[in-house]
Amino acid sequence: MRFSAIIWKEWMVFKSRIVSTTLAAIIGPLLYLVAFGWGIGSAVMVDGISYTAFVIPGIVALNSMTTSYNWVANDINLSRIYAKTFEAVMVAPIKMSTYSSARILTSALRGVYSAVLIILIAFAFQVWLPIDWYFLLVLVLNCLVFAVIGFIIGLLVDSHADMAKISNFVIVPMSFLCGTFFPLEKFPGFLRVFFELLPLTQAVKGMRDGFAAEGSLIVILVLGIYMLVLTPIAIKLCQRSE
Amino acid sequence: MISYKDVCKSYGQTAAVVGLNLEVKEGEFFGLLGPNGAGKTTIMRMTAALTPVSSGVITVNGEQLHRDLVKVKQKIGVVPQYSNLEGELTAWENLEYHGRLYGIPRAARRRRIDELLEFAELTERQNDPARLFSGGMQRKLMIAKTLMHDPQILLLDEPTVGLDASVRRRIWDLLRQIKARGLTIFLTTHYLDEAQILCERVGLIDAGRLVLADAPQNIISGVGQYVLEYFSDGHTSQEFFADKESAIAAARNVQGDFKVREANLEDAFISLTNRDLGGNDEV
Ligand SMILES: Nc1ncnc2c1ncn2[C@@H]1O[C@H](COP(=O)(O)OP(=O)(O)OP(=O)(O)O)[C@@H](O)[C@H]1O
Ligand SMILES: [Mg+2]
Repeated sequence: MRFSAIIWKEWMVFKSRIVSTTLAAIIGPLLYLVAFGWGIGSAVMVDGISYTAFVIPGIVALNSMTTSYNWVANDINLSRIYAKTFEAVMVAPIKMSTYSSARILTSALRGVYSAVLIILIAFAFQVWLPIDWYFLLVLVLNCLVFAVIGFIIGLLVDSHADMAKISNFVIVPMSFLCGTFFPLEKFPGFLRVFFELLPLTQAVKGMRDGFAAEGSLIVILVLGIYMLVLTPIAIKLCQRSE
Repeated sequence: MISYKDVCKSYGQTAAVVGLNLEVKEGEFFGLLGPNGAGKTTIMRMTAALTPVSSGVITVNGEQLHRDLVKVKQKIGVVPQYSNLEGELTAWENLEYHGRLYGIPRAARRRRIDELLEFAELTERQNDPARLFSGGMQRKLMIAKTLMHDPQILLLDEPTVGLDASVRRRIWDLLRQIKARGLTIFLTTHYLDEAQILCERVGLIDAGRLVLADAPQNIISGVGQYVLEYFSDGHTSQEFFADKESAIAAARNVQGDFKVREANLEDAFISLTNRDLGGNDEV
């Protein structure tokens, strides 16, 4: 099947760069953990838990978001503008919906991979995350949502020089405004409502509080709506892109 | 068969292709010639559904192509002007990927990869990443890759540009072998000698307009089989003649250096367009 052709190729590319990909995926979170975890972790309590326990689900969400987004955004953009490998797929007998979903899925899987690495590192730091089916579902949805966003941006931006700038507007604000490093309660009301609706906020909340907490289904709902709205847009853009 | 009916393409104010009417027949080897910016790549890209037409209709085997028309795309092979190989993947993996993308069953895929690596003289280098290949090797791999799925129609955009003389000739041989299998080949080129040697019919495109389309031999005999070339008053002049005898007869009146030879496509084009379109054998 054509879908598996794309998955196969992504796997070969991933394999050929596995060491550098893995190192790049863990260096950021490792520094966060050292700085926030050891630096202020034991001294500060947030919402009744140690700061380390508070911040790690945020870091998992943040890092899996960045990985899912970056890989597909940059790869699609480069393959359109420089490598021209995008054209090779555009002339191939593959439906654009098949291609788009395979690319989104594989980039999301890279996000999941980076999340697994952090979870393992956290274990090494003796921080136990509440990993259950709900946690994994939120993780996967978070990765999918940001892979779709990355796919769309990779298709829309026509100059690779602009990619980094645009990513700055998507990724950096999310990193700081989505309850990753501190609770959203500190923000004034009107801003809070806006931030609450950002996908990363919901992902962080879901991973941190678990299924039993209030609003756990809203997390799934919000992330699901993002997917349902953005995926058809991604496919449409793929059919039209040149 | 590829058919173009009143095809136009504009990029903003730039008219890249204007009122193109053309038919490339089944099994034909057709060459599109033209200077830089004439619109050759644009025509190729429209034919492969990489960019939409602004107006008019292109049909391939009677069907109007679009991005999701899987059935017809399965029958077309595209070799673009610039490399579209997966640089991180090896030669073998590039072919394997293409085979999977075109839905070729595993056994057939593996057999074909071996054949085509042989055909492209890349068997020894099959496990090297494509990004390490020279321009000529990349081009041969691109052609081999496109043949993986046994297309009926092959579109090649300047398949020999930037290659040395011997690799160029090797690619001509490959294209002739492909043609012998009954494929329709549609290529663009700057090189008139290439067009004359390979193509059954050539079209000349200038500033987006198809100026003429005919067999190279017809174009040449239209201006004259023999050319008398002489240098006087600081520039080279050419006169055309139907046969060698009349050319030699005319040469008697020439003072200084002269040359009588068979006319080629380049002479014909220069005579037809009344201007030198570029150096050497480039349009
Ligand atoms: N994506 C694009 N956006 C804007 N203009 C374009 C685009 N692609 C092509 N053009 C314009 O269309 C015209 C035809 O370009 P095209 O690439 O088809 O020429 P070509 O015959 O292939 O030239 P070359 O021999 O240099 O490859 C040129 O004026 C070019 O600037
Ligand atoms: Mg071109």
